[in-house]
Amino acid sequence: MSTNLTEVPSIVPPSLDPMLPRPYRVQQLRQETSDTFTLELEPESGKSDFSFTPGQFNMLYAFGVGEVPISISGDPGKPATLVHTTREVGMVTRAMRELKPSDWLGVRGPFGAGWPVTDARGADVVIVAGGIGLAPLRPALYQLLAARKYYGKLVLLYGTRTPADILFRRELHQWHARFDLEVHVTVDRAMGNWRGNVGVVTTLIARAPFDPHSTVAMVCGPEVMMRFTAQELERRGVAVDNIYLSMERNMKCAVGFCGHCQFGPSFICKDGPVFRYDRIQPLLAVREI
Amino acid sequence: METLERILIEHPFFEGMKREHLELLVGCASNIRFDAGQFILREGEEANHFYLIRHGQVALETFAPERGPITIGTLGEGDVLGWSWIVAPNRWTLDARAIQLTRAIAMDGKCLREKSESDHDLGYALLKRFTQVMVNRLFATRLQLLNVYESH
Repeated sequence: MSTNLTEVPSIVPPSLDPMLPRPYRVQQLRQETSDTFTLELEPESGKSDFSFTPGQFNMLYAFGVGEVPISISGDPGKPATLVHTTREVGMVTRAMRELKPSDWLGVRGPFGAGWPVTDARGADVVIVAGGIGLAPLRPALYQLLAARKYYGKLVLLYGTRTPADILFRRELHQWHARFDLEVHVTVDRAMGNWRGNVGVVTTLIARAPFDPHSTVAMVCGPEVMMRFTAQELERRGVAVDNIYLSMERNMKCAVGFCGHCQFGPSFICKDGPVFRYDRIQPLLAVREI
Repeated sequence: METLERILIEHPFFEGMKREHLELLVGCASNIRFDAGQFILREGEEANHFYLIRHGQVALETFAPERGPITIGTLGEGDVLGWSWIVAPNRWTLDARAIQLTRAIAMDGKCLREKSESDHDLGYALLKRFTQVMVNRLFATRLQLLNVYESH
């Protein structure tokens, strides 16, 4: 993978300085679970010229606090509103959680390589998400459903710790009701009235309805979950070059200058975050990386 | 209507099993159905069967005072339910309850234990398959303990 420091990534329009945040106004903040929330943003001008590929991320700047990379979780077909879903984990996301409608936020992006949604045409597509990993996959699902006739079977396998941690619950119900999308949700721990699956998301792969020899798999979640998921997909017969993972590292500049997110010969920010499994498989076993 | 013999021959769990052993197994098999909510196994009771789930969903549960039933895992179509029939002292260690209408092939474990004592090749073929089930279940449990969804 090239790491040419003088080359501005092609995803950034030449007219825009990729280091300069643009002001966006908070339209709405929605609490998804006890520790995750969704921000809906609109540009200062009110007119959006923003377009993105599912799987890409933005750098969101809470003024005076700091900047963090957050995947875009909205619909690429509805670019007027910029949507991000994140977990409240540190100072910056805590500050974002406190934002009110009409407050300002800085946005740089979109950055990185996304999911191979168009390249997957003609194949079955399996989406495997763990925890908040469903957020970066939701735009891919929107795009797949918008062009549904070009794909074979569509399967969404989603795992969370408990039923209370399930993201986008209302949409999951809508997707579950569709005849052209197979949705299976599982949790690690359940009590009381939960009537769904219990077990890690990898246990759903063996009996999920797809043709492994003609399947593209898109996987997002914590790295340990993705590692075991990729192994299970491979065991089921999915080719390693048809499995895609979205990697996460500490990102600062988002354009491959600073080196914070270096992952072997690649930078997660500009060569990823979505990588083909066979290209990063050896690195997943390296502890120091 | 599929015959029991055909179902067993085609079931992945019995893949590679010798013809004469499959014939023995058919003699120990019967069709069974459980309504939603019905207990299939009860913790502590004698374990004399195992089940090949053909359709439906089953919860493996334990009960904790003041917490109620806790689901450890769920099994579905194609899964094998129950290994205590083959491991002494042959008592169930969990409850199993049908979450929805469940159809299964019930295998008579008592009959298979006796046949395995007199035919060690059959016993070995069964143990190999159940060891795989146990390993898969142990690995899945380890992943559950890892909390693999944390920190993304």
